[in-house]
Amino acid sequence: MHMADALISPAVGGAMWVATAGLIGYCSKKIKEDIDDRKIPLMGVLGAFIFAAQMINFTIPVTGSSGHLGGGMILAILLGPYAAFLTMASVLTVQALFFADGGLLALGCNIFNLGFFPCFVAYPLIYKMIVKKRPTAKTLAVGATLSAIVGLQLGAFFVVLQTVFSGISELPFSTFVILMQPIHLAIGFVEGVTTAAVVMFVWKRRPEILQPVLSSQTDSKSSIQKVLMAFVIATVIVGGGLSWFASAHPDGLEWAMFKTAGVEELEAPEKGIHSTLATLQEKTAFLPDYGFKKTKMHDSEEGGQAWPAVDPGTSVSGFVGGMLTLCMAVLIGFIVKRKKAANV
Amino acid sequence: MAAIENNLFDIRYMETLASGSSTLHRLDPRAKLITTLIFICMVASLGKYEISRMVPFVIYPLALIIASELPILYLLKKMAIVAPFAILVGILNPFIDTQPLVQIGGVSISGGWVSFASIMLRFALTVSAALILICLTGFNGVCMALEKLKVPGPFVVQLMFLYRYLFVLIEEASRMVRARSLRSFDSRGLHFNVFVQLLGQLLLRTMDRAQRIHLAMCCRGFDGHLRLNRSMAFGYGEMRFLFSWSLLFVLARWYNLPVKIGSIIEGFFL
Repeated sequence: MHMADALISPAVGGAMWVATAGLIGYCSKKIKEDIDDRKIPLMGVLGAFIFAAQMINFTIPVTGSSGHLGGGMILAILLGPYAAFLTMASVLTVQALFFADGGLLALGCNIFNLGFFPCFVAYPLIYKMIVKKRPTAKTLAVGATLSAIVGLQLGAFFVVLQTVFSGISELPFSTFVILMQPIHLAIGFVEGVTTAAVVMFVWKRRPEILQPVLSSQTDSKSSIQKVLMAFVIATVIVGGGLSWFASAHPDGLEWAMFKTAGVEELEAPEKGIHSTLATLQEKTAFLPDYGFKKTKMHDSEEGGQAWPAVDPGTSVSGFVGGMLTLCMAVLIGFIVKRKKAANV
Repeated sequence: MAAIENNLFDIRYMETLASGSSTLHRLDPRAKLITTLIFICMVASLGKYEISRMVPFVIYPLALIIASELPILYLLKKMAIVAPFAILVGILNPFIDTQPLVQIGGVSISGGWVSFASIMLRFALTVSAALILICLTGFNGVCMALEKLKVPGPFVVQLMFLYRYLFVLIEEASRMVRARSLRSFDSRGLHFNVFVQLLGQLLLRTMDRAQRIHLAMCCRGFDGHLRLNRSMAFGYGEMRFLFSWSLLFVLARWYNLPVKIGSIIEGFFL
């Protein structure tokens, strides 16, 4: 369920980057305050464990498929939310860079979807409510399963929201939701059961690993955390709500995104040249700029009038030009290569 | 299991590529990281029908690949592996958006196909840019750039930890899986109880290992920082790289270069 760069607009990607960067900064501060620097190597090595754990697959009876351990929830249970969030962020960074899972612009989204919900929503609100300070086998199992399922459901829902707000895919909101949620319910169930089983295993053999995380976290529930959570959730909701509203007025969303998510630096240049751009485009447009802000509903409704009659002449020149540009790109590459060979 | 082992092989291979010594390899990681981010933002900010504007951006990955002699087929293969998600989400576009948009010759192409093509093109561009970054810089280089760019210390430190122990732990896990499969002749799948035992053992071993590592590091004076013995300098070459590429991206983003060239050519011949 990794978001990909190709499906995301800079406004959404930038907003999620800001939220994620804020969380990383906050968690890092929290970790630094923690005098126990034993945690830093532990986090890194457990992050590597998440990769290694995916080597071990069990067979799901009847279906013929196989399942393995997911990431966020087990980390939250073993490390507590702050350290777990940082670890999850680094796991996803490695995946983005090496496995091209997701992408750099979408990394903010992915860290938020797969890290924020297990660590800061499912863990404090579900796992800790069920387990309390004195865990028993039963509460541990139920808490781990439920929180893993809920965390993944929320994450999947946000994938849908981010895709729809980006407006690059034509998938309507309802279809996408119906597609994503049940699939991730099944995945979440498998993840929940495996997480619970591993937590039980640890609990039976080394209960002292689980106990300190539970007790320490309850004490340090600071007000800053609540403020930050409220801020992040508000950003998302306000940004989301306003963009729905604004979808009828394409320029409104631009405005809403600027005001709520603070992504000026990504978007400002576009806004500045917007008017000159418009006039330029009338002369040059091969595919007239349709703006990336509109949602697909709007597009299909308005498509008829918005598109001027297609002028085959400009289309051809665009096509020819595109091919030429490609050739030039290859040519430049070869010149560079020749030059390099000459130098050597 | 094979997938992860392949990934491990991939990482090693990319790290080998990153140890090259071309001019691009030696460039300060910060310049490459920032340029890549600008590139991705510019590509992603293009509208969903603007294929012609997207084409000039191909120059960046292509030029880097050729100039630093990265294996292009290998990169294409890696991109193909992760393509399914983008295809899955994009493939419905042609069926939902059937408004004719472009006419080439007598054939008209619907907006859906155009936006599908733009999704695939932007997927190829963004993924290749990220892969090239890592193939030219290496993971530790990227981490150092992050640290210099004031990304919080604990995050960077444990990112490097993760990367260092990725190999160790994946190998340990694969030894365990291999040992089990050698001792179980008939049962091909792994039952859930056995799975939990294996995973739990691996987890406990991992935590013990983390403790040993920490003690060893404390003995050597660890104070929460990793000190890397590699100097970085953001000099003239880096500036030139960053600014010339950024200029090109900005030009390609705001001027429809292919159409300009196309109309010039047409005006010349017709």
